[in-house]
Amino acid sequence: MLHEELAGFGFTVVTVALDKSPDDARPWIEAARPSHPSLIDTGHVLADLFNIVNVPTVLWIDERGRIVRPNDVAFGTDTFKHITGLESGQSLAAIRAWVRGETPACTEDEIRALQSLPTAEDQQARAEFGLGEWLFRRGRPEAAARHFARAGELAPHDFTIRRGTMPMRGIDPMGPDFRRMLGEWTAAGQPYYRPLPDPRG
Amino acid sequence: MDRTFTLVDGEAESTVPASAIDALTAGARPLAVDHDERVAYLGTPAGARAARLASLEAPDFSLPDLAGGKHALSDHRGRKVLLVAYASW
Repeated sequence: MLHEELAGFGFTVVTVALDKSPDDARPWIEAARPSHPSLIDTGHVLADLFNIVNVPTVLWIDERGRIVRPNDVAFGTDTFKHITGLESGQSLAAIRAWVRGETPACTEDEIRALQSLPTAEDQQARAEFGLGEWLFRRGRPEAAARHFARAGELAPHDFTIRRGTMPMRGIDPMGPDFRRMLGEWTAAGQPYYRPLPDPRG
Repeated sequence: MDRTFTLVDGEAESTVPASAIDALTAGARPLAVDHDERVAYLGTPAGARAARLASLEAPDFSLPDLAGGKHALSDHRGRKVLLVAYASW
């Protein structure tokens, strides 16, 4: 795995599962048996802080705690390539080269040009998500569902909300409701995954 | 009659009169309200989040692992970090 391969270069992977409970993420974590921190984020703290709107999303952070490559789509394997059309090889090679010091990360101008910053609607959607999640934890799933729905209307591009709340609404996130949502989204000309363009062309 | 609301602000919860919710509705922070459940939830404004991201200084966080142990991003200062958000869905 990347973490073990590159740990000697002063590098760590930190994974964060945006799931409704630790038990949802547990089978994945126990199967992978990671030696790096593997964290659980039921409240979507990370999504709020970094304006993350889908998974998988990766960021590069340097030794000083600076963002040196903004939110991007990257897969660690080609397991889902037949569905996503995205290959893992190029992003893994780029990470290796950055960690080994062979190529620099993005410049600050490149990062700012590639960053998506949250809008007022995005943050209102996250407040609606937060209220919904609070209600769900207190045994009020029907009230929670109202706020998850409102959040999805405010931020229709945010699949951490539209798909990520499906398990809290009793909806199969791999099932027909998801496929219908995805079909409507892509038919409107919107991409489900938004990988960054290569900043160096 | 001025029934009370539960106001959720991060980890903090307080009991406030309905008039306080009305005042917050016009405030700078995003506010989600459930009038049936009498709960309101304060979020973080887009401006604050956007300014922090545009500064390129990664926002710190502390989250639990499966065993409940907390980990902060800042624990890894001095190392390069690949931060990966994923989900079972």
